[in-house]
Amino acid sequence: MLESQPPSAVAPRAAAIDTLRHLETPEGVEIALRVAGPVPRVLAFGIDLAVRAAICLALLPLVGLAGMGVGLLLLALFLLEWLYPVFFELRSGATPGKRAMGLLVVHDDGTAVGPSASLLRNLLRAADFLPLCYGLGLAAMLMDRDFRRLGDLAAGTLVIHRDAPPQPVAVPPHPPLPPPAPLDLATQQAVLAFAERSRTLSPARQAELAALAGLTVTAPADAVATLLGIANWISRGKPGTDGPMHPARRRDDAGPGATP
Amino acid sequence: MKQQAFEAAHTDTWRRLEALLTALEDRRTPGRDVPVQGLAQWLRAVSNHYALARARGYSPGLVAHLHALVRRGHRQLYRPQRRWPQLALHFATAGFPRAIRRHAGLFWLACALFFGPMLAMGLACHADPTLIHSLLDGAQVAEYETMYDPANTRPGRAPARQADDDLMMFGFYVWNNVGLALRTFAWGLLAGAGSGFVLVMNGLVIGAVAGHLTQLGFGTPFWTFVSGHSALELTGIAVAGTAGLLLGGALLAPGRHGRPAALRLRAAEAVPLVLGAMALLALAAMVEAFWSASAGVPPGVKYGVGATAWVLVVAYLLLAGRGGADSAQARHGGA
Repeated sequence: MLESQPPSAVAPRAAAIDTLRHLETPEGVEIALRVAGPVPRVLAFGIDLAVRAAICLALLPLVGLAGMGVGLLLLALFLLEWLYPVFFELRSGATPGKRAMGLLVVHDDGTAVGPSASLLRNLLRAADFLPLCYGLGLAAMLMDRDFRRLGDLAAGTLVIHRDAPPQPVAVPPHPPLPPPAPLDLATQQAVLAFAERSRTLSPARQAELAALAGLTVTAPADAVATLLGIANWISRGKPGTDGPMHPARRRDDAGPGATP
Repeated sequence: MKQQAFEAAHTDTWRRLEALLTALEDRRTPGRDVPVQGLAQWLRAVSNHYALARARGYSPGLVAHLHALVRRGHRQLYRPQRRWPQLALHFATAGFPRAIRRHAGLFWLACALFFGPMLAMGLACHADPTLIHSLLDGAQVAEYETMYDPANTRPGRAPARQADDDLMMFGFYVWNNVGLALRTFAWGLLAGAGSGFVLVMNGLVIGAVAGHLTQLGFGTPFWTFVSGHSALELTGIAVAGTAGLLLGGALLAPGRHGRPAALRLRAAEAVPLVLGAMALLALAAMVEAFWSASAGVPPGVKYGVGATAWVLVVAYLLLAGRGGADSAQARHGGA
């Protein structure tokens, strides 16, 4: 979850060697998409292959209907071979295999994939498949920084990791404590991140991290509590200041279009 | 403003947007009780909150939550709604022929690559009975000869398949011919060489079989069989080849774009061609399965139907969709 977070406004963006792709929405904010590499995509393809094989097997009794059944079976084979991914991508953005692997197909502007792009990227599988077993597609994926195979390049699509379901995280309540010195934004964020994640960490690890923070001079046992107190100070303010908001601050929350 | 106050002030909006997104992601056509009209407004508001949360250094958990909402909202809001029946009708009556006329040069090139070798090989095989063996092996030649033997009551089908249902042959023709057309298109990505190769090879084989059978004196069963669906099928393959050459052209001669950008543009233009080729070949499969092999129809009728089909196909590609006002829409026909 933390890795799918956009670069902080206060930290300069490092030359990205990660798989996040940033783009600006028409609302004027920047979102980040995490593109999916070859391994989950190959696994998703394997699952889809199994699904298709299962559908074929289920349709096999059609052969019993002699000519007509064979005709229908061949039609089904054609649809499964060429249009199975298009059908599912237009319905929900992902084939069953991609869905199982938590992947999603989108246009490279982050919008849901449309019929034209979906048709293109899936028909061009025939070219990606060459010379055998998606050799060309894999080579293209490994050379492209967004892991696009030829079909994705032509259709302008990306395969991204589906958004993790938002987990409600909150800073654990604790009596607020003032920080020993004014903290810059990056440090504040680190403290808040620690507080939000503290429930998922073992007490020993919490103590270790809190000691590393260097914001406390007390014994390690108290360092965690102190850090949680500072986090509460940052997110809630001084005790007793939970009252009405400052009118000047309120105004800039109201207007749309404000950018960081 | 402290984070807690910020959350208290806006958490209602976030919940509303999240509930709406969950409803929209659940089904394609939301019910009446889903307040879809709020999407744009709430997404704008939450985008604003997201920007503020980042700029003010609120906690990473809150920023990630708002970020996820913005990403999901972006995918739901910027999604064109299409009226499929109108689009399909417009595509059939105007979009497809216009797309071919827009790429007339490549279409003629594809035709030359396809019909040229076909004609040359047909004439050569008609003159030289052994030439077909340089292209097809003995078993294949023998199969074609039995299929179109005048003693065969249902021409175009091997004796073992005489009793087969028309529907089975329809399935076979769709699977085989439309699949071939789609491969012809896709292999155009190999700098157009793949499409060119498929066009030339199929032209050679079709020409060779036609010339060889005519020279054997099997002309009547062969030509009566193929005349009905020839217009749709041969045009469909040429159109699929055009789409493939369009992709290849983007890589060989990208013009004033970089190659990736040229590929994106031409690929989008190729979509109507591919859809049209699929439609033509599916129609051809229908004619081939249910009409071409029908016994007891006088050859004259079959030739007449075939010639009419050619006239109609040529007239359709030349004339349909001319003079329409909405050519901009045609550019995205079927897309």
